[in-house]
Amino acid sequence: MTNNQTLINIENLNICLSNGQSLVKDLSFRMGRERVALVGESGSGKSLTARTLMGLLPAACTPYANRAQLLEKPILTLSQKQWCQLRGKKVAMVLQDPKYALNPARTIGMQIEEPLLLHQKMSRKARSEKVEAMLDAVGLPNPKEIRKWYPHQLSGGMGQRVMLAIALINDPQLLIADEPTSALDHAMRDQVLELIFSLVEERDMGLLLISHDLKQVAQYSERVLVMYQGQLVDELKASELANSHHPYTKTLWSCQPHIEKRGSPLPVLDRNELEKRYGNT
Amino acid sequence: MTLSIPSTGVIRRFWTRRLQPLMSGFLSFLLTLFGLLVFTFILSRAAPIDPALQLVGDHASEATYQQARHQLGLDQPLPMQFFNYLSQMLQGDLGVSQITQQPVVDDLAMAFPATVELATVAMFFGALIGILLASLAVYKPGSILDHIARMISLLGYSVPVFWLGLLGLLFFYATLHWSAGPGRLDDIYTYTMEYNSGFVLYDAIRTGESEIILNAIGHLWLPVAVLALLSMASITRLLRAVMLEESNKEYVVLAQAKGASRLRILLSHIFPNVLGTLITILALSYTSLLEGAVLTETVFAWPGLGRYLTSALFASDTAAVLGTTLLIGTCFVTLNAIADALTRWVDPRTR
Amino acid sequence: MIINSINQKVWPKWLNTFNLGLSLVVILVFIAISAPLLTDYDPNIQNIAQRLAPPTQEHLLGTDRFGRDLFARVLYGARPTLLLVSLVIMITVPIGLLIGICAGYFGGWTERVLMRFTDIVMSLPSLVIALALVSILGPGLMNGALALAFTSWPSFARQARTETLALRRSDYLAAAKMQGISGWRLIIGHILPLCLPSAIVRAALNLGGIILSAAGLGFLGMGIQPPAAEWGSMVANGSRVIFDQWWVAAVPGCAILYASLAFNLLGDGLRDKMDPRHDK
Repeated sequence: MTNNQTLINIENLNICLSNGQSLVKDLSFRMGRERVALVGESGSGKSLTARTLMGLLPAACTPYANRAQLLEKPILTLSQKQWCQLRGKKVAMVLQDPKYALNPARTIGMQIEEPLLLHQKMSRKARSEKVEAMLDAVGLPNPKEIRKWYPHQLSGGMGQRVMLAIALINDPQLLIADEPTSALDHAMRDQVLELIFSLVEERDMGLLLISHDLKQVAQYSERVLVMYQGQLVDELKASELANSHHPYTKTLWSCQPHIEKRGSPLPVLDRNELEKRYGNT
Repeated sequence: MTLSIPSTGVIRRFWTRRLQPLMSGFLSFLLTLFGLLVFTFILSRAAPIDPALQLVGDHASEATYQQARHQLGLDQPLPMQFFNYLSQMLQGDLGVSQITQQPVVDDLAMAFPATVELATVAMFFGALIGILLASLAVYKPGSILDHIARMISLLGYSVPVFWLGLLGLLFFYATLHWSAGPGRLDDIYTYTMEYNSGFVLYDAIRTGESEIILNAIGHLWLPVAVLALLSMASITRLLRAVMLEESNKEYVVLAQAKGASRLRILLSHIFPNVLGTLITILALSYTSLLEGAVLTETVFAWPGLGRYLTSALFASDTAAVLGTTLLIGTCFVTLNAIADALTRWVDPRTR
Repeated sequence: MIINSINQKVWPKWLNTFNLGLSLVVILVFIAISAPLLTDYDPNIQNIAQRLAPPTQEHLLGTDRFGRDLFARVLYGARPTLLLVSLVIMITVPIGLLIGICAGYFGGWTERVLMRFTDIVMSLPSLVIALALVSILGPGLMNGALALAFTSWPSFARQARTETLALRRSDYLAAAKMQGISGWRLIIGHILPLCLPSAIVRAALNLGGIILSAAGLGFLGMGIQPPAAEWGSMVANGSRVIFDQWWVAAVPGCAILYASLAFNLLGDGLRDKMDPRHDK
């Protein structure tokens, strides 16, 4: 039986720059062991939110909130030491581009093994076996060979699988995936997403998927949160996306080219409406 | 530089990955040395003092003068002269010094270990402190220690080394008597010590007598401190910039997301990535130490290459000046070539 | 590294590296220009009766071994320093840019030969080569400048070549070519202006080091000859009496430190301004 613990609980999160400009305004949402997608265009603040949840905001941004809890821990006041115990063990993150996110000077094997070294006491042999098991689980062939490779020898899809292995090796309760397929070509995208979702299902984890691709999100998540210019504008079940009432969500959904709509112009968002409703940040 | 490639698969891989870069690096090295030789040759021919005249004196007859010119090979066409010059170099003949009346090569052989001793010990401390201070920028960014490190580095980078040496002598030698002053060893010991490898500290340790060892250290520590400050300043400055750049990269974010501590990120993630640049920085620092030694040795009467060069300058001893320039230049070129090769070797992308 | 701390030091907005460096440099230039106004003493007038006097009200910084007022000599000493530095920059930057841009633009054998030449000069010891050159050419301001310039231009050439290579493929250049501009007009009118900013930054960064090298030359008697007041040679003169009249050597050294520091701050500040990615 799945324990429906609240993994994320945020109330009125604000992220501001030092000059007072607000990047995320009054964001509130809760999440349990479910698959939630956070969707928005570039600059909507979704990545910033994800980073705040991991305590990895750039120094120039400051977060404030009425309540901000990750796995019931108050994330805005955690010390470095406490973060080190949380990250990589109970909550893990997958970044966008493996070309930049993997350490170019270390072997893949070492990078996958690192979370084990940091959080668990295991013998060398046991670690080695776990690393190879993980490589297998993410669908990479020849684990014994591949662990000696360096990141520059991998393709985009393979690199992303490695990042997944790194994230999941300690069996965390929550996975935050920040645009995991944006840097991949189309053919790879579905494969990697499938992999993410199957692994998450298998391990009964929570998943927060950040994306700008609504269709992708609809296929794989249970709930969708829509952001626009730093604010949460809509929250609905993935199954109801086609029938959404919110103008922004509706346009986002319906502006995707479809064979049935061939020949007719795509709908365009009326931004003035939205600006009036949500104001400029 | 592409050279012809042998045909078999494994050999070809070995050639392109390992041998070819080494060979082209070596060829570059030789070419640069050649350029250095051309330069010193041109200078030697451009010297205002006519070597033939110097040999025979002002009052010699025309015939004697021409004979001297022929003897020195000065009446031959320039390319021929250069060829002679090259063959002389390769045989180890760098001319005779005006001041010491010894072959320049012998003078250099005596002076070289002194400079190497000074530069190496200074480099050791400068690099140690420099790397530590640069790491502070990443380990404790924005802290007071970091700001102090930046200021010390900036001051060390801006201070004239000869002035610092003079003040050091004034303060630590004349006033506090913590330093044994100019020179490498007190006269008493210099002439009675049995070992003579050219490295005074090493020799002193070999004698086992604490009096001599302390004396050697007493002479060594002040010029080393001055040079170490110089090297530390440039190492901190350059390494800090590189480490900061690395620390803003995505893989550091991922390492943090794994729960790695700052120290671990510094040692296990950032350091391997800056190793190549660090090697280059250290080589650069060592070469600038060799140059800094030129001025420091003059102040501390340290009988190394620097002092030899400056005395030769004052006496317009062209052969000695050019000989020293050639030696120091060769050291420079060699160090740079080794650093380049090491950097390539360390980078996993070239494996 | 991503820091999640809200405690960041707050410096006043105007106190940054660039402003500090710039103000120090401006003060230096001002001193050099208005030296006669700041002191009554002629830096070259000797007064043996008052030689090696300590700082008093009459001689603010004391006198040297010929009885010349040190304060005046330090002030006037700014002139040859700034002059030498300007000469070096005026020689180095155009030559470096020219070689670099030509190498980048023409490519092929021109590039290979020029870059090989640049690499060779770059790996030579600058101070030692400068000393060797000066020993052959003879000491003096112009020769010193030439000697220092000889080994300073390679870094400019390298940078200019890299930028030119990047520009060569740009649309900006393609558009100019389509208008019929080519050859030297293209180089001077279109490539050069884009290479200038980073050349200026690099020049500023190099200035501090050039001042130290120039002072080193002066210290060894290879710069401007006596009786002209030059900081390096003043330190050399003062070194003879360092243990008793330490101020004679200490004061000009401070001036060298000041000038070098000023230009280093300016160079750092300029680089930070031009490239916002660099940390302050």
